[in-house]
Amino acid sequence: MALSARLKAEFDELVTHYPERRAGLIPALHRCQEELGGWLSPQTLEDCAQFFGLDPVEVYGVATFYPMFRMTPPGQHTISVCHNISCALRGAEEVLAHVCRRTGAKPGGTSPDGQFSVLRVECQGACANAPMLDLDGTYHEDLDLAKVDQVLDLVAQSARAKQGATP
Amino acid sequence: MKAYPKYLLERVNLPGSHTLAVSRAHAGYSALESILKTGKKPEEVIAVVKDSGLRGRGGAGFPTGMKWSFMPDPAKDPRRRYLAVNADESEPGTCKDRVLMERDPHGLIEGTLIAAFAMRVQAAYIYVRGEYRLSYQRLELALQEARRAGLVGKNILGSDFSCDIWLHKGAGAYICGEETGLMESLEGKRGHPRPKPPFPAGFGLWGSPTTVNNVETLFNAPFIMNRGAEWFRSLGTKASTGNFLCGISGHVERPGVYELPFGVTAREILEECAGGVWKKRKLKAFFPGGSSTGLLPASAIDTPMDHDSVKAAGSMFGTAAMIMLDETACVVEASRVIARFYDHESCGQCSQCREGTQWLAQIFARIERGQGKREDIDLLVSLARGMAPGKTICALSDAAAIPTLAVVKHFRAELEEHVRLGRCPLRHESSGPGAPASMEEAHA
Ligand SMILES: Cc1cc2nc3c(=O)[nH]c(=O)nc-3n(C[C@H](O)[C@H](O)[C@H](O)COP(=O)(O)O)c2cc1C
Ligand code: SF4
Ligand code: FES
Repeated sequence: MALSARLKAEFDELVTHYPERRAGLIPALHRCQEELGGWLSPQTLEDCAQFFGLDPVEVYGVATFYPMFRMTPPGQHTISVCHNISCALRGAEEVLAHVCRRTGAKPGGTSPDGQFSVLRVECQGACANAPMLDLDGTYHEDLDLAKVDQVLDLVAQSARAKQGATP
Repeated sequence: MKAYPKYLLERVNLPGSHTLAVSRAHAGYSALESILKTGKKPEEVIAVVKDSGLRGRGGAGFPTGMKWSFMPDPAKDPRRRYLAVNADESEPGTCKDRVLMERDPHGLIEGTLIAAFAMRVQAAYIYVRGEYRLSYQRLELALQEARRAGLVGKNILGSDFSCDIWLHKGAGAYICGEETGLMESLEGKRGHPRPKPPFPAGFGLWGSPTTVNNVETLFNAPFIMNRGAEWFRSLGTKASTGNFLCGISGHVERPGVYELPFGVTAREILEECAGGVWKKRKLKAFFPGGSSTGLLPASAIDTPMDHDSVKAAGSMFGTAAMIMLDETACVVEASRVIARFYDHESCGQCSQCREGTQWLAQIFARIERGQGKREDIDLLVSLARGMAPGKTICALSDAAAIPTLAVVKHFRAELEEHVRLGRCPLRHESSGPGAPASMEEAHA
């Protein structure tokens, strides 16, 4: 397999931003992860290596350095809970425990039904609105457990709506 | 509370503050326009910024005008030149640049262009931490608008000044906020900091002259150019001029990002802006400038918030991210949370840092669990002394060592109490979290 024509066209433009092609690698890995199931498969890494003219091992070394890149397939939804100092002082561990209880996922793991991956993450720059979590790329801030419930209920609702929509 | 004049946050609450129309209606790009229309020279812009006394807001407080003047003379050095805008904002407690990028992205673009003009830079990269999706989107839209309006790209506003600005997305590593780690990451590599010298002005991105500046630093430039160096020096203190953004978090009634002139006291920020310590409790301690700055006891709350005063109080101004701990907080627990962070983020190139951060994290964790030994406290000190200052490629090692030394200095008795009792003396009423059972879980 190779990169889709669309991603390839996108990356062809991306590399024009830089004097050296390789500089586009990390933004390109982001786009792959967004488009290709929320993780970087060995095949994707190989495709990127080919596009950038790099050794696959080199690309792997870069990808694994960065915590935002996932090397295994995540659940349908990813919930990242900040456990750093400002959030910890305002109940991050309670938020995390509650998220784990509700989803059935352990920190760093995925729920048995494959719906949720839960991650501990470092400071997300939302310290003045702590505690916080990030659900699929959107911040939810100033949390208490009731607010966590609301967020999770919304996800469940939209999942049901989707199921209802497909015959 | 005394009303201090604002400029950094002047536009952020306007409806549509992130759009070009609103920005332009409120003086957006007028400084750039005036520089280009009046035919100001790059050296003249650098002279004004130098004269203003502006210091970097990324943590080190380095004089900005001086930094800009380190770029080599293009007549003698014809290499391409770059500006990297540090929007990696990852120092725990720090959440200020995000406000500017989300709500006034054009202000950052204008600041970036003024810096690029002053240093005769042909291309600028804004390195935005990957998690900041809204900042990225807002900057992307703003750049599109600015390009269409002839404000970014070739022959800006019809002048012979050309500069491209590109957004670049990071992927979640704290070390990429360190300026040479940032450059490595921008080049598509692991974010391993480079030994200095060579310094970025001589050998930066792709081996070319490069300057790295923080978002808030650059955001100041248009105001300085419009209102003058003297106006800027009228705000703040002699050695720390202008206003700064203070993010105050932790155990306070109204955490938030506030704009203040240098020199207001930490107490004033705590009491007047943040509404005091929450739940009618007393203050126990605070980090004045982010997790890398040494914890200060409550008795230091009257310290003026400026570089020299915070240093004299035994800590650092850092990113002005004040993290407040109330009387129920456990400083061992806070130290464990922070030590674990540095252990997680060390890039591993230097043995002092790689090993040191791991040891610090483990020792704080075992003291918190009640399994600490009496020698552990002295061990913390000797480890931290072996890690800093200036013993490693970058300052992450110092960032882990400094808060360790500070907590032993100010709270030795509390550490000893943990060891003696074999448990946290405050646990039953602590408002903080419990410790993860193992290091593996903590890093999961
Ligand atoms: C470990 C580490 C992390 C850093 N993270 C950031 C950051 O996220 N944002 C930032 O602007 N500066 C950060 N810095 C400081 C930068 O190295 C650099 O000093 C700064 O971007 C320079 O900009 P200024 O002169 O405008 O302050 C960090 C430094 C270290 C040692
Ligand atoms: S001090 Fe730590 S983070 Fe910095 S280069 Fe050395 S090992 Fe890496
Ligand atoms: S500490 Fe959680 S967002 Fe900063």
